[in-house]
Amino acid sequence: MAGASAKQVLFEPIFSNNPIALQILGICSALAVTTSLSVTVVMCLAVIAVTAFSNLAVSLVRTQIPGSIRIIVQMTIIASLVIVVDQILKAYAYEISKQLSVFVGLIITNCIVMGRAEGFAMNNTPWLSFLDGIGNGLGYSVMLLFVAFFRELIGAGSLFGFTLLPTVNEGGWYVPNGLLLLPPSAFFIIGLAIWGLRAWKPEQVEEPDFKMSRHKVKEAF
Amino acid sequence: MEHYISLILKAIFVENMALAFFLGMCTFLAISKKIEAAIGLGIAVVVVLTVTVPVNNLLYNTILREGALEWAGLPNVDLSFLGLLTYIGVIAAIVQIMEMVLDKYIPALYAALGVFLPLITVNCAILGASLFMVERDYTFGESLVYGFGAGVGWALAIVALAGIREKLKYSDVPEGLRGLGITFISVGLMSLGFMSFSGISL
Repeated sequence: MAGASAKQVLFEPIFSNNPIALQILGICSALAVTTSLSVTVVMCLAVIAVTAFSNLAVSLVRTQIPGSIRIIVQMTIIASLVIVVDQILKAYAYEISKQLSVFVGLIITNCIVMGRAEGFAMNNTPWLSFLDGIGNGLGYSVMLLFVAFFRELIGAGSLFGFTLLPTVNEGGWYVPNGLLLLPPSAFFIIGLAIWGLRAWKPEQVEEPDFKMSRHKVKEAF
Repeated sequence: MEHYISLILKAIFVENMALAFFLGMCTFLAISKKIEAAIGLGIAVVVVLTVTVPVNNLLYNTILREGALEWAGLPNVDLSFLGLLTYIGVIAAIVQIMEMVLDKYIPALYAALGVFLPLITVNCAILGASLFMVERDYTFGESLVYGFGAGVGWALAIVALAGIREKLKYSDVPEGLRGLGITFISVGLMSLGFMSFSGISL
């Protein structure tokens, strides 16, 4: 992607080349944190920060790393950044860091970070890599926030913890759909979101392995 | 003994790594098109998890945890912030060592696992299991059992998904849902199935 403009690098991953919907990256740690919006926002910020700065750091040292040990070097850079993020969260947002539990640590093995460091930052200039990191972090966040929005609204009748649909338990009228707070719903929502995205941008549709053959018998027509 | 059996059942079914915690999703979705590949990867994950979780447990309890360095005359040192870096380093190193050992002594298994071994380093299920082990404060024995159980659960899930996908490719799926979309929805249905195990304990 040499010569790509800064704007392209920043905005392309959000819809046209979404890391979750198209590149199948970073789904690992993503879905478990989407039951409430406020936790999701924190997670997104953490991922954007780590992706951006790891891309920047990897890109800065890319000419010095011997090819054979580059994975270890990238791992170390990413792990150090995640430790920083983890410690900051523990210091300033303890409650939320408890809810995120192991998933902050799992940013290390989040394929987005590794994938972008290896795939983009290794052969691009620091500034472009930094933007690419932010862009991919944003693409990830858009998907996550989308999922979290529906899960919290339908599952608990609230957004960011503020009640929008007063639930029956609290004397309101809305019967919350508990399924949306359980793991399977995240898969359904992402599946449907991918469907929606591909209906909008048909060039992302995958080729089928097998096609229905046309009818060859005359009576069938 | 009963405690361990309960723990292993919980790790395999109730808290299935892939279907309840979404861990290892990337490889889960990417390598589940063929059953043979899924079985190979599944076995590799079981082996690596059974080794890395207890090793990380030892490291955590003898070096990293608060006050653990007392045997070295440093009772006030708390190195737990180095945890993440240590665990991932241990995992990467063990995977590398296993690759060499298998290549030398059990070439048949090495050939079967093939490209999957190196891939495992970046599988979140591996790191996730170590982090859960720390969070839940497992003892050494528990961590051994938990590592094995978590691996078996993950392997079970990926083999089942591969079976479904092998049949799925003959079906006529709506255009936008083809490939990744329908896979997500089938995983959701599987996860719904696995939820029926919740609440089971011995």
